[in-house]
Amino acid sequence: MAEDRENAEAIISEVHKKISDAFDVFDHERNKTVDVREIGTIIRSLGCFPTEGELQEFITEIEEEEATGYIRFERFLPTMTKLLMERKFRPIPEDLLLQAFEVLDQEKKGHLGTEELTKYMTQDGEPFTQEEMEEMLSAAADPDKNVIFYKDFVSMLTVDDK
Amino acid sequence: MGCGVTKQNQKQIKKAMRAALLIQRWYRQYVARLEMRRRCTWNIFQSMEYAGEQNQIKLYKFFSYLMDHFTPASSERNLIAHIFRENEVCRDAEWERYFNYKNIEVPEFYSGPHLNFPLTATNATELVEAFRTKQQLHSRYVLQLLVETWKLLRILPNINHVSTCHSKEITICGDLHGHLEDLLLVFYKNGLPSMETPYVFNGDFVDRGKNSMEILLILFAFLLVYPNDVHLNRGNHEDHIVNLRYGFTKEVLGKYRVHGKKILKLLQKIYSWLPLASVIDQKVLILHGGISDTTDLDIIAKVDRHRVRHLWPGKQRMLISLALFLQVVDMLWSDPMPIDGCVPNEVRGGGCYWGPDITREVLEKHNLQLLIRSHECKQEGYEFCHNRKVLTIFSASNYYEVGSNRGAYIRLGPDLVPHLIQYQASRSTRDLTLRQRYGVGRTERSALRALREQLFAHKSDLISAFQEFDPEQTGLISLNHWATAMESVLQLGLPWRMLRSQLVNHTQDGKLNYQSWFKELAIMEPNTQLAHTNLLETLYKHHSNLETIFRIIDTDNSGLISFEEFRQTWRLLSSHLQIDISDEAISDLAQSIDFNKDGSIDINEFMEAFRLVDRTQQERSNSTLSGVHPHLLQSEHPTKTLLVSASPHFV
Repeated sequence: MAEDRENAEAIISEVHKKISDAFDVFDHERNKTVDVREIGTIIRSLGCFPTEGELQEFITEIEEEEATGYIRFERFLPTMTKLLMERKFRPIPEDLLLQAFEVLDQEKKGHLGTEELTKYMTQDGEPFTQEEMEEMLSAAADPDKNVIFYKDFVSMLTVDDK
Repeated sequence: MGCGVTKQNQKQIKKAMRAALLIQRWYRQYVARLEMRRRCTWNIFQSMEYAGEQNQIKLYKFFSYLMDHFTPASSERNLIAHIFRENEVCRDAEWERYFNYKNIEVPEFYSGPHLNFPLTATNATELVEAFRTKQQLHSRYVLQLLVETWKLLRILPNINHVSTCHSKEITICGDLHGHLEDLLLVFYKNGLPSMETPYVFNGDFVDRGKNSMEILLILFAFLLVYPNDVHLNRGNHEDHIVNLRYGFTKEVLGKYRVHGKKILKLLQKIYSWLPLASVIDQKVLILHGGISDTTDLDIIAKVDRHRVRHLWPGKQRMLISLALFLQVVDMLWSDPMPIDGCVPNEVRGGGCYWGPDITREVLEKHNLQLLIRSHECKQEGYEFCHNRKVLTIFSASNYYEVGSNRGAYIRLGPDLVPHLIQYQASRSTRDLTLRQRYGVGRTERSALRALREQLFAHKSDLISAFQEFDPEQTGLISLNHWATAMESVLQLGLPWRMLRSQLVNHTQDGKLNYQSWFKELAIMEPNTQLAHTNLLETLYKHHSNLETIFRIIDTDNSGLISFEEFRQTWRLLSSHLQIDISDEAISDLAQSIDFNKDGSIDINEFMEAFRLVDRTQQERSNSTLSGVHPHLLQSEHPTKTLLVSASPHFV
């Protein structure tokens, strides 16, 4: 029994340190605060896949009563720990992602036109900003043919991801 | 029939929305991870840069200690005494005789640029074009140009006063650090210096990059042609002792084998005569480092600036009071901090950290509205702080590595509102890919390689630290303990748990076999002639210090030191580090690195032996080539950003 408790404590301690390290990377002033705009990056780099909406909820929960533009570590840590322990946002398996692209590729061409993809990404779901769209196209689009071979795109980016 | 189709459509639409949402979620996660990696890479470079600076400070403090505590007869003291010698005993006229360039003949076959004095704008422009096409200026012209520059600088005041009258916009550039491509880029985007295009260059023109000499020559040429429109501020790297470590001395001696020594001596004088600051319209203060709670521009204006030879802290026989000396050092070495107050800058060893309250006070005292400074590399090339009252400007893009950061410059008009222009120097013309924009790939690999070299240099200490967590000698430790041990030994303040996946490939049941981990780091050991293992690690750990000491000892700048000098270097180093190395081991070492077998050691060759070859780099490039669709293969060559175009031509 005691051993179980010890293990549980060790696990939580390790999770805390992980969160602390990620937080510190963006704590430019070394005072245990980060700009609220970096919270999304921190949460995602710890392995979570929230939607923008879920992210906003999270931020609202941990913000100060009077929004200062900064998030303090003391408020971030417990909420983030809960998120990781509950494994609330599970990673997206590669085949599910591929299926998503196939849904958009109604004609089953095996690729999507840049205009086609742009329309979906900037109008549906939680729309991309123009900057996000340009970035994605620069990574995904074949520069000569102006199409996205999404199967390759997906595997390229998941090879990358450790 | 109509209903069925609509329902089908609706279903399809819903499916498409869900699919889009999934893709967006996943993509945003991917980008966030890239951003985290970029920040970590950045942190690695910065913490290693600061660790290097600390090293240098410790070395210099050690020398100061030697000077103060050893008897004059001590041979060790003699080795280094000359760098502390105040030798302004000769008059300027005598120095001018020493720097006489008139006897230097320019051979017929010399195809580089020719300079006529007094310099014209055409000369300066031709010089820029010559350097752009990788020509080298002949030492005769170099010396002549430097002598003229020295003469001009001697009559300039400590503080340049500049005005934006006639609706002129002033361009302000930060650190260039020998990055010629960045200077050329700025000239291309912004125009060459002229009466219509005045410039302020805010110090740190040299060191690190490989064209420090060319940058200096260009800046001095334009200074001579447009003395009222080109203003130079001294930086902390305009200091010959700093140059010993950070590459400029080596560059000059390599490019000018016969006259390099004279050129370096002349540069020492020029450095000490560079102005300390510039003020625009009496409202905007520009200086290289920053300010402190003792900064007083009225006092600065009257100081004998040329008496501050090397801007290094520590005891020196000074021809200037300590208080004045420190004020000048503060201007060139300080960094801003987010909290109020003023504390010594422990990281740099010179200057201080100053807070927003100090900014307010100093700006108010002198009726100023903005402080522009440089000295710190910023990812975007610039950064505001202290309520936008302080602006850091850094003009060397790709400072740590290709893709690490942008450079920027400021345009300031009569409204004194700074306009910032960013850029990133590059060699080819394709758009930067997503990964390259985040500095993932080459930049990251470079940072990790540098980090792995540190691991190698501290191998014994790390193994000891790991063993403390492994009392039963199983050879395994938990990853948690790994991270703790890494930080306690290396003290780089890095987020080890974020970096773990990049540094550790294999674990056994969540534990790390640390001995085989070191083998896996796959760092090939350098030249096997340096076979003494313990010595090798020590050598590697301190090779920067070694090189610095070598260059100090090598008083005739020949690049060669004798066995005896080598032994003395080791004695110096080992007493500084308080480590014990037997004379025998040193002698053996000296013999084995006498590559030319002529009884002397070539410094450059010796340093070459320390370039660790990274096996993993070769392995990795093999693996990225396989399994990826060819037209998606990202080339690792640096590419054009959206902002700039490739190499320009000048008339």
